Amino acid sequence: MAMLEVRNLNVYFGVIQAIKDISFNVDKGEVVALIGANGAGKTTTLHTITGLIAPKSGSITLDGKDIVKVPAHKIVSMGMAHVPEGRRVFASLSVYDNLKMGAYTRKDKNEINNSLEMVFEYFPRLKERRSQVAGTLSGGEQQMLAMGRALMSNPSIILMDEPSMGLSPLYVGEIFEIIKKIKNEGATVLLVEQNANMALSVANRAYVLETGKIIMDGAASDLLNDERVRKAYLGA
Amino acid sequence: MVFLSQLISGISLGGIYSLIALGYTMVYGIAKMLNFAHGDVIMIGAFVIYTSVVSAGLNPVLGVLIAMVFCTVLGVLIERLAYKPLRQATSLAVLITAIGVSYFLQNVALLIFGSDTKQFSSVVSLEPVSLAGGELVISGETIITIAVSVVIMVALYLFVNKTKPGKAMLAVSEDKGAAQLMGINVNGTIALTFAIGSALAAVAGALLCSSYPALSPYTGAMPGIKAFVAAVFGGIGSIPGAMIGGILLGIIENLSKAYISSQLSDAIVFAVLIFVLLIRPTGIMGKKINEKV
Repeated sequence: MAMLEVRNLNVYFGVIQAIKDISFNVDKGEVVALIGANGAGKTTTLHTITGLIAPKSGSITLDGKDIVKVPAHKIVSMGMAHVPEGRRVFASLSVYDNLKMGAYTRKDKNEINNSLEMVFEYFPRLKERRSQVAGTLSGGEQQMLAMGRALMSNPSIILMDEPSMGLSPLYVGEIFEIIKKIKNEGATVLLVEQNANMALSVANRAYVLETGKIIMDGAASDLLNDERVRKAYLGA
Repeated sequence: MVFLSQLISGISLGGIYSLIALGYTMVYGIAKMLNFAHGDVIMIGAFVIYTSVVSAGLNPVLGVLIAMVFCTVLGVLIERLAYKPLRQATSLAVLITAIGVSYFLQNVALLIFGSDTKQFSSVVSLEPVSLAGGELVISGETIITIAVSVVIMVALYLFVNKTKPGKAMLAVSEDKGAAQLMGINVNGTIALTFAIGSALAAVAGALLCSSYPALSPYTGAMPGIKAFVAAVFGGIGSIPGAMIGGILLGIIENLSKAYISSQLSDAIVFAVLIFVLLIRPTGIMGKKINEKV
């Protein structure tokens, strides 16, 4: 069964239709990429899934439960974490407090500490900088923090929005190494990326979004070799 | 000795400004709006105390507690009915609504209590303390005001920085969307902020009217504006800023009254504000975070 299933989703901003009848699904243990150019509607799709934007019509189910009407702040405790575009860490809080915010809805102190240990294993740099104020971290470190913060909720599915955006090639490589590691641990990920090359190299499957519509989908390896995808998104 | 005495009563007045300024600054930090009705909540709080102590003969401390509960409910109701429907509206619409709520509260008080000034009886029963062989006399009101302000400020600082709901407030004030993604109920956090700010306003009302016992429906207006100045002075949105801004404002105002001119004291206060903002546009403790993009 699909972990996350989106059916016939339509989203409007005023009179402009941003998302046009898209359907896709993410199965348990899968990394699914949503690729497309700037303005294609990738971020809007993620914001709609986690309830920050209300859709006009369509269904979104998480583990078989309809979540369209669920307010944004109740989504995370249902097992879905969202690493937002531009990282959006709490700049005035310490690294440690940011991570604790990720576990806001959890009660069990021991389990939270276990998650913290796990996050520090993925991101040793965050452990070194745990008492530093998040706003003073570099972009790559903030991305790590945003990902660690999402992991702190012990999610069954993680949505990642442009984790490579604005990072140096070195950091992009490092971030994708970590996504691969998370994938190998059996995590379910919906990955939104403009960097199609990187996204397709880590994903199992992918959907191509163009001006609000899904124009293509398939196994990531097939899309990586597809002539149209290569021309439009891989710069080859 | 006169200077010391003026300084101490300035700190006391400043403590009251700080309590009011905290309400302004917390609401601004979290809801990004200027709640100009905040000053009138002080007046309502003072009238609740007046009614329960002077008219109904209750114990003054009980009267203050009743006023705190009343103002908390009032603050949450104002937010729920007047401001929450405007969450997506322009800030100008919210500002005008806040001014409207301010007039509404003043007129409700006018309707119930009339326009004549009431003699407020102090809620403080502490005897004045005489120091330095009777040369320096500090009133019970001054002592209690300073003590209560300090206790509230420390408690609030610990609440915001050490507790989970407090940290949720910090997160919401920084980024509402990201806070929601963490599972924080933004509307609940905004309501909590109004509740705390309004309870502090009730305490401020009790202290203000104990030191300056004239109560009318317009009692809250001027202290409200001065506390707003204090909040801007300290850096709007900053809790320590509101505390420091309030106390400095009280000291400046009192010393100006004593040594320069009591008519000009308000003008001096505003002149100092302009001067500070020229040097530090974000206020004394205004947020200056080095964010890397």
